[in-house]
Amino acid sequence: MSWLLDGLLIVSLLVTAVAALLSRDLFRAVVMFMAFGLLMALAWVRLQAPDIALAEAAIGAGLTGVLLLDAVSHFQRGRLREQPPGEEG
Amino acid sequence: MRRLLVLLTVAACTALTIVLALAVLQAAGSAVVSDLPQQLAASLGRSGVEHPTTAVLLNFRSYDTLLEIGVLVIAGMSGISLASTRSLEDPALRSSDVLLYALQRWFVPLMLLLAAYLLWAGSHRPGGAFQAGAVLAATGVLMRLGGLPMAFIRPGVLLRLGLVLGFAVFLLVAIASVLAGKAFLAYPPGMAGGLILAIETVLTLSIGMILLALFVAAPISAEHEPEEGGES
Repeated sequence: MSWLLDGLLIVSLLVTAVAALLSRDLFRAVVMFMAFGLLMALAWVRLQAPDIALAEAAIGAGLTGVLLLDAVSHFQRGRLREQPPGEEG
Repeated sequence: MRRLLVLLTVAACTALTIVLALAVLQAAGSAVVSDLPQQLAASLGRSGVEHPTTAVLLNFRSYDTLLEIGVLVIAGMSGISLASTRSLEDPALRSSDVLLYALQRWFVPLMLLLAAYLLWAGSHRPGGAFQAGAVLAATGVLMRLGGLPMAFIRPGVLLRLGLVLGFAVFLLVAIASVLAGKAFLAYPPGMAGGLILAIETVLTLSIGMILLALFVAAPISAEHEPEEGGES
């Protein structure tokens, strides 16, 4: 049973990591990154490191995600202002 | 040319991954020589706390933690000095989102309580200064997004004091132990528990303020910020 959980965790970690790296849409990449952070916290719990899991959930998924979302909104606002719409994005 | 560069990068990353995986396999295969968990369990009684992770972070390896806080303080100061707005707490930014405001009234007290609990729990179960500080910073981010006034985040004496408080107190304890004729950061016996709790409390405040300052210091209004460096 536990190996099934661990296997699912590993597969979903890999999928979210690849999705965050390869996504063309920056917003989607950030959401994938946050999902990756939460799954990573679960992985830390499975590795019996609850301290790191807490830090990962709070900093890795929460604060970093908010900072990245902020940065994405800046990029999109700058793009709207500087470039005509319809260009490659 | 560009394609070649990408190929080379991919090859280098793959090679590094394989080497790392081999190293991990080798480490997992070889017998464990050191018995760190047993050493830790044997000397846990002298550390002043009951949770092994906190004992390592704040007592046996507190030097590392001190340096980490130093790095965080430097990062927070660089973030603030990069801020392009003069006031870090701009009333024009307050959103009037009703839902966010209602959510906030429930969440902010709960999150503050959670941060206090995490700080207290650090001595005997998972938790501690870093986690509590992160929750504190998240509370600050929520307050800022909802537009609650936060006077302490204006650049000034209060902000600077908050940023360096944890590092300063930590360093003070370290130097005091040197002056008392012991090793750097060796707590006096009997006082270790209280000292660790005091250090963790100020560390929580400082970590929360540093992380929050990094968020708040990000350039906000489109008029003030310089050009935004093209495509990602």
